[in-house]
Order: sequence, then structure tokens, then C-alpha cells
Amino acid sequence: MERPFAITLDVGTSRANHTGSWRVERPVYVDRLPPCNDACPAGENIQGWLYEAESGGYEAAWRKLVENNPLPAIMGRVCFHPCESACNRVQVDEAVGINAVERFLGDTAIEHGWSLPPAGPDTGKRVLVVGAGPAGLGAAYHLRLLGHQVRLVDSSPKLGGMLRYGIPAYRLPRAILDAEIARITDMGVEVIVNHTVHDIDVERHEGGFDAVFLAVGAQLGKRVNIPAGDSSKVIDAVSFLHQVADEDPPMLGRRVVVYGGGDTALDAARTARRLGATDAVIVYRRNRDKMPAHAEEVEQALGEGVTVRWLSTVERFEHERLVLEKMRLNADGFPEPTGEYEELDADSLVLALGQDTDLSLLEGNDNVEVRDGVVQVATTMMTNEGGVFAGGDAAPSDRTATVAVGHGKRAARGIDAYLRNVDFVSGDRHDLATADHLNTWYYADAPRTERPELERIRRQTNFEEVIGGLTEENALFEARRCLSCGNCFECDNCFGVCPDNAVIKLGGEVKYEFNYDFCKGCGICVRECPCGAIEMIPELI
Amino acid sequence: MSEQRVHFYQVGSFAVGNRLLSADDRTVQSSPHRTNSIDSGHRACQGCGEALGARYALDAAMRATNGQLLAVNATGCLEVFSTPYPETSWRIPWLHSLFGNAPAVATGVAAAMRVKGRSDVRVVGQAGDGGTVDIGFGTLSGMFERNDDVLFICYDNEGYMNTGVQRSAATPPAARTATTDVVGAEPGNSFGQGKDLPRIAMAHDIPYVATATVADLHDLERKVERAMSFRGARYLHVFVPCPLGWGSATNETIHLARLAKETGLFPVFEAEHGVVTNVSRIRRLAPVEEYLKLQRRYAHLFGAKGRPDIVARLQAIADANIARYGLAPERDELDNREDA
Ligand SMILES: Cc1cc2nc3c(=O)[nH]c(=O)nc-3n(C[C@H](O)[C@H](O)[C@H](O)COP(=O)(O)OP(=O)(O)OC[C@H]3O[C@@H](n4cnc5c(N)ncnc54)[C@H](O)[C@@H]3O)c2cc1C
Ligand SMILES: Cc1ncc(C[n+]2csc(CCOP(=O)(O)OP(=O)(O)O)c2C)c(N)n1
Ligand code: SF4
Ligand code: SF4
Ligand code: SF4
Ligand SMILES: [Mg+2]
Repeated sequence: MERPFAITLDVGTSRANHTGSWRVERPVYVDRLPPCNDACPAGENIQGWLYEAESGGYEAAWRKLVENNPLPAIMGRVCFHPCESACNRVQVDEAVGINAVERFLGDTAIEHGWSLPPAGPDTGKRVLVVGAGPAGLGAAYHLRLLGHQVRLVDSSPKLGGMLRYGIPAYRLPRAILDAEIARITDMGVEVIVNHTVHDIDVERHEGGFDAVFLAVGAQLGKRVNIPAGDSSKVIDAVSFLHQVADEDPPMLGRRVVVYGGGDTALDAARTARRLGATDAVIVYRRNRDKMPAHAEEVEQALGEGVTVRWLSTVERFEHERLVLEKMRLNADGFPEPTGEYEELDADSLVLALGQDTDLSLLEGNDNVEVRDGVVQVATTMMTNEGGVFAGGDAAPSDRTATVAVGHGKRAARGIDAYLRNVDFVSGDRHDLATADHLNTWYYADAPRTERPELERIRRQTNFEEVIGGLTEENALFEARRCLSCGNCFECDNCFGVCPDNAVIKLGGEVKYEFNYDFCKGCGICVRECPCGAIEMIPELI
Repeated sequence: MSEQRVHFYQVGSFAVGNRLLSADDRTVQSSPHRTNSIDSGHRACQGCGEALGARYALDAAMRATNGQLLAVNATGCLEVFSTPYPETSWRIPWLHSLFGNAPAVATGVAAAMRVKGRSDVRVVGQAGDGGTVDIGFGTLSGMFERNDDVLFICYDNEGYMNTGVQRSAATPPAARTATTDVVGAEPGNSFGQGKDLPRIAMAHDIPYVATATVADLHDLERKVERAMSFRGARYLHVFVPCPLGWGSATNETIHLARLAKETGLFPVFEAEHGVVTNVSRIRRLAPVEEYLKLQRRYAHLFGAKGRPDIVARLQAIADANIARYGLAPERDELDNREDA
């Protein structure tokens, strides 16, 4: 080529100059574990399903959700949502209403009749699941997905465990419960109701089962020794609620006193109100701050006219009169008797002092270890006896329905590993996407949407559901409030802010890619990523 | 004219793009088909705000003119790092003459296009703050005065960076540069001097004057688009942090630009025919310290031998800007913060 005087080089693009060689650190895309996912006892990929829901892909969202938890319409009503307590959005305004969106997805699925994925290819292995509460149902679902045959047995006439016989209908309508249970049994689960397992070894060997999952819950209401006259009506809360669920409520009279401070006490008192009690009084030995019941539930109960005698214990019950001793909290927050007494008129006393497990089915077995009233298990949920697994309220647990479904999933995976004779591997745990990884500047202010509540007057007389669902519009809004902690949500910031055009936008699954030929390693993309999905790592030089 | 904030999306309209936004609400920069007026391989420092600002502004101008655009550049970092012979990073027609004459050259190019019957080809003149407020000021004022059909863009990094960080008339008070050492009673650049070019431009009554930063892309792009809707002389002053000259971390470039706006130190507004028509109000008010402490050019103001009195004077400048342009945060934004 002819060149002008003194010119020796051809002109060309600066792309010949690979400025990537200046770099001492390189950005890489990462997935961090969102705190909500981390806090979910059922191991849901919350950020993942919210991401689908944000674009209106409700079915995709629901499918992602049920990969871990087959009961979203139930969970969306009864779960105490530890995910929301962990949500990073509190740094911006308020936590994302995860539970409300979960319920919306669950209800939408029932409305549209979406079915769970088909069972996996048959492995020829047979598993006996004892107890059809959330733990047993969760295990049955995951075992079917993994291709194992499942026999689900329960002593009650209907499936659901405490979801049906404990949690009242005004919190969990039975049509919802039935729909989600039917979806699981439709996967080809052999169901036997009205059948109590008395000896686990006999049942296992007679049926030729390769493994057993004990999910018998905690059915026995704890009793304390309270001197009571013959005519005094005393019942434990689980029996009371069970009878109500059986549509055979006991006659408790107009003045019902419930003894205890947990969620069960509140459910018993609220149920008594609905059955016509004019006075539903909770007696609790400590104060409101120390009450184990969830604040929302307490608020709702008080709103329905339930009253509470704080710092009181029941001394005796005779002739429709209850004697209470007043307590005070000592320096450590423990209640101490004061020696002062007061009286309270009552037609009946409901004891809500916790539940024990009935493990008589293990009496013939010396291998399975029972300690503190529950079955001891390893991380796989296996007991000391090979092939015998346990979970839910019958194992060490926070005793919530969500923990129970989570146990069911974990046990199913443990059983699967056992049956295949492979090591149980729990999935990779990513680093936690803590709030300091976020650049919250980019998130618009968007206050939380609350679910509507049934008017109080209607709640005092019937078992209609108290908390309503979100409309589609509200659910979409709520889903979009998610910050997508630790996981790219395609905001294009990295692509836009790079001074060296070193981010390539691909779209689709991969989303973006770095062009290390030109990335100088300034780190702006990392700094400006709203959700903390990029990390700088040292360059090997 | 104010921007539509989309509240229903995770990131509203603050981020570059969002898969949930309609195509119209997305920025030019979010498109894989953007021009990339200035290409990879340029030799700007790591994290250079000027390289970023130039791509933002020119890509937006390319979209606004349907690709019928020509740029004239003054001497300075942007010119030097993009065109070391024999390489060029420019993917648009581009011309460089001298340090002080870019506005005049741009005027000439616009005239040439008119004579050729190609008034559809639009001209952008661009320079650093030195090339704009100091050496290029005479020709720029002339260009304004004649209302020549040029959009002139100043990339303000507050100093002569290309030649080793000397003071310009856009260098802020108290900042250390190679020519304003941190000695004496008033260390760093002196107070009470310098030129506020956006206001000087407004005094020329030209059709459009605006300021912007690399931290608010939607705003910057909208202003370029608006500028291109006028004929005649237009001026855009873009705030572009310089990690080298300011002694800031390379990853802080956008954050610093955001803080300059959120403290009130750099007012973001637009004016038409000499009248302010729109201001970008502060969203999360920040004290000037927050901005100053991230830059070594202000290091002498902090620490054991710090100068809180000087910091207070800088804060007073920010407060005066807030009052002059009405930059105080909107009421409902404040309410939101109080609730939180
Ligand atoms: C009143 C009340 C309200 C509650 N509210 C909530 C709430 O709002 N949110 C929440 O997360 N948790 C709540 N819980 C706790 C939650 O219901 C339990 O933690 C959860 O149901 C435990 O699940 P599980 O599967 O381990 O046992 P369960 O649900 O108790 O199910 C065990 C099943 O095993 C069956 N069974 C037992 N022994 C045998 C046997 N030998 N043979 C055959 N079948 C047997 C039982 O009939 C039962 O159906 C509540 C509990 C109560 C009592
Ligand atoms: C007439 C003339 N004087 C001095 C110079 C040297 N010179 C080149 S660029 C520059 C400073 C540029 O500063 P600015 O315009 O702010 O741009 P920046 O490099 O900061 O982006 C100077 C002084 C020159 N090229 N021509
Ligand atoms: S903002 Fe979204 S991803 Fe982050 S914790 Fe909350 S729900 Fe999870
Ligand atoms: S912004 Fe660009 S140059 Fe800087 S680290 Fe990220 S990819 Fe590399
Ligand atoms: S000196 Fe400043 S303006 Fe010049 S290339 Fe470096 S960072 Fe950019
Ligand atoms: Mg400069």
C-alpha cells in the first residue's frame, strides 16, 4: 500500500490493543444464596420463583416453587414465613410479601388445575411412610419424583395430619387442603387411612418395604396436674381442635379458658369464640413479649375478642370457678409465684401446653434412638437403624408445618441415597447474599401490599377464612419488589456502565459475558450491580 | 419536562435497563445494537468517567440523528486515549484539530454540511473542561453568540488531566492538583475563583443548556435527545469523575458522580432560552464529606490535621446550589425514608 511520507503503519481499529492485559483483578458472575432461600425451612428457591412471577410467568413460577415444596397454597396460609424476616428488602423499605405471593401462586395452580410433575421412572423400591401430615406428604411427593413406590398410612380417616386436625379452617380452608393433597396422591401414592401402625418392624417386614419414614407427629396434648372437680370440663387443645375438625365439637359452654401461650392456645381460643363462647380467655404465665405465639396471630385473636390474663397460672378448677395465681418475672425473665390469687368464672378449661409424640410403634425396636421424647436422626434424617428414617414433629424440629415438609424432602433424598447405596450429597451452598453486597440505589421505593382481612364481626361467628389473597395485580407488584439478592436479574447495569465495552449482552440463559480481551478490571460493574451478582477475583499473574 | 419514573419495577428507571421494561423505556445503552461510538481498546485509565460519558452521549446522539452524526474533538484525554496513531477507537466520523479551537471547527463543519445541502448531518463538538472553560472559551462563546447549529459537549473532570492533573477554571475549591499544592492557609485550589460554564452558556440565551452526570443514564440520554430536537447552539455539561486525577478508586466512578449530585455540589438541571426548565432533585441527600472522603485530592481536609472549616465552606457551596436550583429532596421521598 502507498503510504504518505514518514508514515509506516496502517491505520486500524483500537481493538488491536488488548487492554485486558492491564488487569490485576477480573470480574466474574456469581450466584449468591439469597437470605430468603437460606431461611426457608422447606428449602424453596424463593428468589428463583419470584423471578418467574415478576414477568407474569405464574405457571413457571409455581413449577419452580413445587420443585421443593408441593404445598404452596397451604404454606401461603400457615407458614410463619421466616423468609420474610430474613429478606434484604427491609434495607430499602419493608420485606417482600413472599408468603402472600406463594399463596397467590398456590391458589392460581388449584384454579387452573396444574398438576405436579409425573413420578420418576420406577426403581422397584418400596417405601412405607407412616403419618400423612406435612412431613409424610412431603416425603411421599419427593419419593415419587425419584421413582420409588410409596405406601402412605395414617390412623385418621383423612390425610393432612395437624394441617387438618389442628389448624382451624378459618386459617386453612379444607378445599385448599384437599386439593393440594389430592395432587400428591394422584402421583400414584398407595394410601391407607384408618390404619394405625403398632409395630414398625412388623409392618416393614410384612410389607416387604426397603425403607420406612416415620412422620407420626406429636399428637398427644400435654396434661398437667390441676386439681379439678368431677363436674369440671377439662380438655386438651389438640383433642378439642381434632373434634371440631371432625365436625363433632365438644360442649364447652359460654366461658372458655385456655391455658398456654403458644399458637395452639390462640387457635383454641379463636375456635371457642366461633363456637359461641362469649368469653374466651387465655391464661398465660409470662407477659406478651415472652409469648411464643406469633405476633400476627396474637393481634388477630385480640381483634376477635379473645382476652388474655398475663402473668397467671391455673391453680385449681372447681364449681365453674378457676383459681389463678399471679406471677411476676424475675431478673432472668422467668415467672415466679407471688402467692396472690384471683378467681375466674369458667365453664371449661382447655389445656394448650404443648404436645408429646406417641412412639409406641417403636417399642419393639432397640436400635432407633429416642431422646427428649423425639426420634434422633442424622442429617439424612436416618435413625440409628438402617432404612428407618424420621422427620417432622416426631424428630428434633421447630415443630412447624414448613420444617415438616422440609424434613420430608430431605428424608426422601436420604432414602434415595440409601436405596441406591450412594453417599448423600447436599447441594453446593453459595455464599450468602448479605445486604452489604447490594447497591440499593437502583431500587425504586415500592411499599408492601398487605393482604385483605375479613371484617371482625364476620370472624366471630363462622369459620370463613380470615386472611384474603392478593389480586393478580398486587401479586405481580409484590413479586417485582424482590431485589433478586445475589442473582442476576438482567438490569443491564454491567453492560451499560463498563467504560471499555467489555461486557457482552447475550440474552437468554447466559445473560452476559465478560470480554477479557478488553476488561481493564476497574470494578465499576461490580460496584454498580444492584444485586451483588458479580465478584472481583485476583488475576493470576 | 420531567422523566417518568416507573415505580412498579424492581429498579424503576434507575438502572440501565430491565427485562421487564418496554423497549421505549429502556436506555440506548441497554441495547446490544448501540453504536459503541468509542470502541474497546482505547487507552483511557481503568474506570475512566470520560470514556463512559462520551459513549453515553454520542450513542444517544447517534440514535437521535439516525446515525447522521459527526464529532469534532478538542485535544485532551478523550482525544489522546482514543487515537494514538495508527489506532482509532471511533466508530463515527470524527475530527481533531487543536486544543482551543474545537467550537470553531465544529461551526465550520456545520457550515460545510449546510453548503453541501446535508443539513440532516448534525455536528457535535466536544472537549474536556480545560478545552471548554479555558482555552476554548473564546471560540465557544462565539459559537453560542452566532447560534451555530452545534451541540457542544463538555466532559468535566475538573482539571487538565491529560497533561498531568493541572488546575483548570473548573477545578473546585480546596482540590489538590499539580498546580494547586496543599500548602498555606488555603491548601489546594482557592475559593471564589473559576467559571460556572452552564450559567455562562445560559447567559447567551441559546436554545438549550443542560448538565448531566454519568450516574444518571436515563437523564443524560434524554437530554441529548432533547438537545438534538433543537437547531442552533446547544450546550451539555457532563460530570465525569477521573480516578487518576482525583485519587479515587477505579470502581467508584459512577458512585462519585451520583454523590456529586446527591450532595448538591453538582447541580443537574436543564434550561431553554436562558430559563431553567427542569432540575433533578436530590433523592438521598448526602453530606459533602461522603463525597470528598473518597478522593485523595481532598485528603488534606481530613484526619488529624484535617480542616473541618474548609469542609464547612464546601458544604456551604452545596447548600447554596440546593437553594439556587431548588434541589431539596421531594417530600414523599423524605417521608419514605422516615418510615423506613
Ligand atoms: C393447633 C395447631 C396449629 C398449628 N399452626 C401452625 C401454623 O400455623 N403453621 C405451622 O407451620 N405449623 C403449625 N402447627 C404445627 C404443625 O401443624 C406441625 O408442626 C406439623 O403438622 C407437623 O407435621 P408432621 O407431618 O410431623 O406431623 P402431623 O401433622 O402431626 O401428622 C402426623 C400424622 O401421623 C399420623 N399418625 C401418628 N401416629 C401414627 C401411627 N402410629 N400410625 C399411623 N398414623 C399415625 C397422625 O394421624 C397424623 O395424621 C400447628 C400445630 C397445631 C397443633
Ligand atoms: C495550545 C495548547 N496548549 C497546551 C496543550 C497541552 N494540552 C493537551 S491536553 C491538555 C489538557 C486537557 O485538559 P481538558 O481539556 O480538561 O481535558 P482532559 O484531558 O482533562 O479530559 C493540555 C494542557 C495543547 N495541546 N495545546
Ligand atoms: S429481596 Fe427477594 S431475593 Fe432478596 S431476600 Fe427478599 S425475597 Fe429474597
Ligand atoms: S466495568 Fe468493564 S473494565 Fe471495569 S471491571 Fe467491569 S468489565 Fe472490566
Ligand atoms: S486521566 Fe482521567 S480522564 Fe484521562 S483517561 Fe485517565 S481517568 Fe480518564
Ligand atoms: Mg479535564
